[in-house]
Amino acid sequence: MTLHIIDRMRMQLKTYTMILALLVIWLLFGFLTHWVFFSPTNLSNLFRQMTIISFLAIGMVLVIVTGNIDLSVGSVTGFIGVVAAGLQATILAKLLPNLFPTLPPQSMALLITVLTILICLIVGGLIGVYQGTLVAYLGIPSFIVTLGGMLLFRGALLGYTQGKTIVPIEQPFKAIAQGYLSKSVGFVLAGAVIVAIFIFYLWNRNQRRMYGFPLKPIYIDLLKAGGFSAAIVLYVLIMNDYQGLQNPVLLMALVAIVFSYITKNTRFGRYAYAIGGNREATMLSGINIERNVFKVFILMGVLCAVSGIVLTARVAAGSISGGQNYELSAIAACVIGGTSLMGGEGTIFGAIIGSLIMASLENGMSVMNMGIEWQFMIRGLVLIFAVYVDVVSKRNR
Amino acid sequence: MSEYILQFDGVTKDFPGVRALSNVSFKVKEGEIHGICGENGAGKSTLMKIISGVYPHGSYQGKVLFKDTELSFSGLSIRQAIERGIAIVYQEFALVPQLTVGENIHLGREPLNNAGLINWHRLYSETKELLDRYHLRIPFEQKVINLGVGQQQMVEIAKALIESASLLILDEPTSALTEKEVESLFEILHKLKAGGVTCIYISHKLEEFFRIADSLTVIRDGAVIRSLPVKETSTEEVIKMMVGREMKERFPKTRHEIGDIVLEAKEITTSPDAAKTKRALQEVSFDIRAGEILGIAGLMGSGRSELLTAIFGAPVSHLSGSVSVKGEKMPLGSIREAMARGISYVPEDRKRQGLVVKDTISNNMSLPNLYQFSSILAINKLKEIRECQRLFDYLKIKSNSLASSVESLSGGNQQKVVIAKWLMSKPRILFLDEPTRGIDVGAKYEIYKLINELAADGVAVVMVSSELPELLGICDRILVMHEGKAMGVLPVEQATQEKLMTLAAGMTLEEGGAA
Repeated sequence: MTLHIIDRMRMQLKTYTMILALLVIWLLFGFLTHWVFFSPTNLSNLFRQMTIISFLAIGMVLVIVTGNIDLSVGSVTGFIGVVAAGLQATILAKLLPNLFPTLPPQSMALLITVLTILICLIVGGLIGVYQGTLVAYLGIPSFIVTLGGMLLFRGALLGYTQGKTIVPIEQPFKAIAQGYLSKSVGFVLAGAVIVAIFIFYLWNRNQRRMYGFPLKPIYIDLLKAGGFSAAIVLYVLIMNDYQGLQNPVLLMALVAIVFSYITKNTRFGRYAYAIGGNREATMLSGINIERNVFKVFILMGVLCAVSGIVLTARVAAGSISGGQNYELSAIAACVIGGTSLMGGEGTIFGAIIGSLIMASLENGMSVMNMGIEWQFMIRGLVLIFAVYVDVVSKRNR
Repeated sequence: MSEYILQFDGVTKDFPGVRALSNVSFKVKEGEIHGICGENGAGKSTLMKIISGVYPHGSYQGKVLFKDTELSFSGLSIRQAIERGIAIVYQEFALVPQLTVGENIHLGREPLNNAGLINWHRLYSETKELLDRYHLRIPFEQKVINLGVGQQQMVEIAKALIESASLLILDEPTSALTEKEVESLFEILHKLKAGGVTCIYISHKLEEFFRIADSLTVIRDGAVIRSLPVKETSTEEVIKMMVGREMKERFPKTRHEIGDIVLEAKEITTSPDAAKTKRALQEVSFDIRAGEILGIAGLMGSGRSELLTAIFGAPVSHLSGSVSVKGEKMPLGSIREAMARGISYVPEDRKRQGLVVKDTISNNMSLPNLYQFSSILAINKLKEIRECQRLFDYLKIKSNSLASSVESLSGGNQQKVVIAKWLMSKPRILFLDEPTRGIDVGAKYEIYKLINELAADGVAVVMVSSELPELLGICDRILVMHEGKAMGVLPVEQATQEKLMTLAAGMTLEEGGAA
């Protein structure tokens, strides 16, 4: 037997505790808000709210897993958010009509949107190159580089906006965060995903058979695939009860799947975990640590750009307070989701659940009309408690 | 009260799978300097840890008498040992570099004034008094970081003496000192002796015992061989006592064909790193042929590991010299280049350098070898697991699955995982650095067998070891190092433990009288 069942269960124990904690929080808020919390409108909002932090949390998992930290993600997200707004409100809006005077307004809006997205991703990548160079190649501790970056990019944001909110935002751009998939398309998509899940499980079995590995009874695989399918159907039904699947949630799911794949199935992902687990042993295994840490920071920069784009699309403006405190929410989401601050441990799935827990706290307390002062304090205490649980569980191992 | 300050009476200490001390008895006279010598792993540190209370009363069998009363520490035993007047200076300094000499000496027992704050005046006057009492000349208001290694050693001694110790234990005190610093250390020890302090001096440098000690206890494999006055013995006799065990059928010896030269290292030279933790190499040259097993002998810190890591491409300062593999020059300083030429390095410290301990067995094994199973886009996990499973079975690693964490394995099985990791890259030249340290006899035997099998397949094996019988048992030739230099290469037929020890101590064979 290659993967022993007990080891597998131990590996997944953390995941189950997390999901259980999420359900407890949901039930608590449901009870406290006379079940308003569970209305399709509120759930739709909740999932939409969580996306902005979850992009950051996904990148943060990789950063923390390699034994680093990124405190600048809030400021970088805010900065790229106003860059996205500035491109649409002034720069591209002035430049493009001169270049293509004959283009109809709707195509123009689409062109501006696409160019804005591309430029923002490039800016995010370049910020990653800058911070990655300082951390990986110049050897400056990431805590300091990104603490500096936090001020640097907050300053850049303030300089760029001159204290003003930047509008307007193009309609297709807003759709990134505010739009919904039509209900029928939602069902079709859900069906396609379910078919893909089943095909994947069967393909996997076939591969194992070809390589001569023992196969688990087929009902286990079918149960798992069925479980995922049921969750998807339930989600689509609830969302379609309101306005349909939210565009940003689909984007988040896509990014999460891609990064989950990167962490588990590529050399780069494996190296990231090894670097955080034991830097010297990894170096002696012939792995270029600098280059891999550098790549992690570039990915983090690009994900900040994605988060900034969704942020600007959601508030439909470039705002001076954009992204404030997001670094703390993202780090909290990772840690609550089981990422070890010592490095070498953590999953994308965990970070998504962590983001959902953080977003649920925020959303639930807002629905309860709790004062902002209490919201801050409770979120802080939950973070400390989550880390305490992690510390205790490690001590007992 | 008897004339003995410390008496060991039939002390036996077991660790899981290993007997570290077996029925050890010896006596230390009040006021003498008593040397304890033995090879690496003979049981010297275990002995010391019993005296200092790290292994408390009850965790060993037998009796230890200090000033005629049995040591029976419990709880915070290290503290109790200090209060009884037993002071210990460890091999690795335990000073806080950013604090001053006075602050270090008083760490944990700072004199306080009435307001409960540190009484700096008293702290420094007491420091001065202490240093004067033992004639130690150290700038006591300096930060420790600004002192030389020799002065730091003296601070350690002063710190140990603050509770007016009557027994001072020094563990390998000269390993980091220059000859001049060694001399002033000896001067201090003589003064302490004149002041009535008994001293136990642990070392593997033989000549030092003849310079400083009154009597000597030789231990080997956890047992006392002899305890005698230094005047009644000689270097040659002590060497014989240290190594004189019989060669048993512990080494599976097979004949293997020796082929052409596969690796030739010429004048490998490095400079010491800033922290002086690594020995600088001076023009070390050697070659090795396909199917040959080359041993590297030498004391700890003689530059054995540094030689292998420098060739393998781990970062070192100012590397010069040349390495050719199969007649072609290899660019130095890149592990990738070394691996591409079929070199593998199984490091000395498996937990620190070899393993990601919280990760799974299979992930550890495949870490340097992932390119074998993957494109940029994906690792073929099934292929990976199959290869891991093959080595898992081949090396008979004892664990219920490849997905278990390495943390959960025994030392021997962890070592097998590191070896598996480097066998997976199909080496033609395999560097093994202390491959059998800290593992049980059964696992050792399996590793010897494996080395022979690899050599029979034409792999060139270079093996660093502190255990001379092991080197004599399985190597074809043995290179001996001393303080970063190669002292010579002996074919195994001509090598004896005495000859190897003589060379490792920095003497030529003529000087050692072993020729």
